[in-house]
Amino acid sequence: MKKMSIEDKLFLNRFQADKHSHLKIKDRETCINCQRKPCTYICPAAVYAWDEKEQRIDTAYEGCLECGTCKYGCAHDNIDWRNPRGGFGVMYKNG
Amino acid sequence: MSEKFDVIIVGAGPAGLSAGYILAKNGLNVIIFERGDHPGTKNVMGGVLYRQPTEEIIPRFWEKAPVERPIVEQRLWLVDEESVVTIGYRSKGFGEEPYNNFTVLRAKFDRWFAEQVADAGGLLITETVVEDLLYDGSRVVGVKTGRPEGDVRGNVVILAEGVNSLLTQKAGLQKDGINSSQLAVAVKEIIALPKEKIEDRFNLEEGEGVTIELVGHSTMGMMGTGFIYTNKDSLSVGCGVLISQLVEREGLNPNELLEYMKSHPAVKKLLQGGETQEYLAHMIPEGGYRAIPKLYRDNVLVVGDAAMLCNGVHREGSNMAMISGKFAAETVLAAHERGDYSEGMLSAYQRKLENSFILKDLKKYQNVGLVMERNPQFFKFYPHAINAALEEFLTVDSIPKKEKQRKIWNYITSRRSKYEIVKDMYRGWRVLG
Repeated sequence: MKKMSIEDKLFLNRFQADKHSHLKIKDRETCINCQRKPCTYICPAAVYAWDEKEQRIDTAYEGCLECGTCKYGCAHDNIDWRNPRGGFGVMYKNG
Repeated sequence: MSEKFDVIIVGAGPAGLSAGYILAKNGLNVIIFERGDHPGTKNVMGGVLYRQPTEEIIPRFWEKAPVERPIVEQRLWLVDEESVVTIGYRSKGFGEEPYNNFTVLRAKFDRWFAEQVADAGGLLITETVVEDLLYDGSRVVGVKTGRPEGDVRGNVVILAEGVNSLLTQKAGLQKDGINSSQLAVAVKEIIALPKEKIEDRFNLEEGEGVTIELVGHSTMGMMGTGFIYTNKDSLSVGCGVLISQLVEREGLNPNELLEYMKSHPAVKKLLQGGETQEYLAHMIPEGGYRAIPKLYRDNVLVVGDAAMLCNGVHREGSNMAMISGKFAAETVLAAHERGDYSEGMLSAYQRKLENSFILKDLKKYQNVGLVMERNPQFFKFYPHAINAALEEFLTVDSIPKKEKQRKIWNYITSRRSKYEIVKDMYRGWRVLG
């Protein structure tokens, strides 16, 4: 099988994206001082990316697989993780 | 909603649905909230469903339920970079009624299971997030949902919300919170493959299934496992590692880890020609006995993954979810009879768990997680050493066997001292024996 990127894989999933993010960074300063920024690599859907210019974490919540890894992997407990509103988010066909 | 329910269940997974089924069958007024558009669309597991525990809820379920394949063979692979040592057990009996376990796809199975609950009289409300418990003073009197005027009252709330147990934590039942070494992140792909190909490749009779667990290099030496399970016309292929260890591997993403595992020479051939249909992620509660939250308080019970009921050593979880759901239901039935939902009354749930395999097993393995996390050699060095030893032993090169044995021993002891090896054996025996 050919190697697949996260982007390619997310394309296969069924999503119903809400207008607002269910993932919020609590304190932007904390991210600037965060050395490793684990959210940018531990997330299976690569939701989080560091914007060097803006000095902030971008959150592509639309592709979130709702596992919760970021919430517990963030050493600063800096992610306010909520379930997407009812009827929104990822909807697995197989599970 | 002005109606008051006997029981409110948060989450339509195996734990919540098992509780709901038994309670509805016994005539209680049950409401189940599920945040997905159908039960199962947010639910992920490997996944293996065990026959005996499931039958404690619904006898002979396999005749009607959407199960994939009864598992006749379970293989364990100790994986090195380009080789693998395989151990397995295959039994004809596992392929015959009443079966031992099945592969399932949760979106299909849970949806079916929820229909049985509805048929039994349970009320299922989908597309609804429960945001908080509803309090009257310090007493829990129901739940607060995300819907307008969404407060719902009930005598007792069963939290079956899954591993990301936001409500359980918010209610203060998880005293010290949950940390990244108590959780694994797992990713999985559903890879479509024709039935005949699956049966040929995995050496199966028509309809039979196999599970393969991978330990060692497949998770790059991190504490975790990989898996390949056969479904009807697809494979479930995934891997999971402890979040705390992934955090330490700066820059490594779970998808990369999965792609790496898929590229192993022994794995690659099994997947060849397959087509990925879905990409899923979920956490696994690996905290074990020590991380179990307070399981009951006045008017509240916690079941399944939310209660950390998962046995990583034996990859058991769905069975614990279902049986804990059953125990919760039995406890609520007794409480209902007396009209007493106090902590004292609900503590019977804890005792049921303690007297069952659930807390007995989790107690038995309570130190495994800690010891394995602190001793990476179990996932790194030993799988490699066993592969290296067999490579040497099976290579025919006119070297006398005695000399080969010495070579193997020297290879191993030059990398880990005899003293450490003895200590490791003792450690392993202590936590697993």
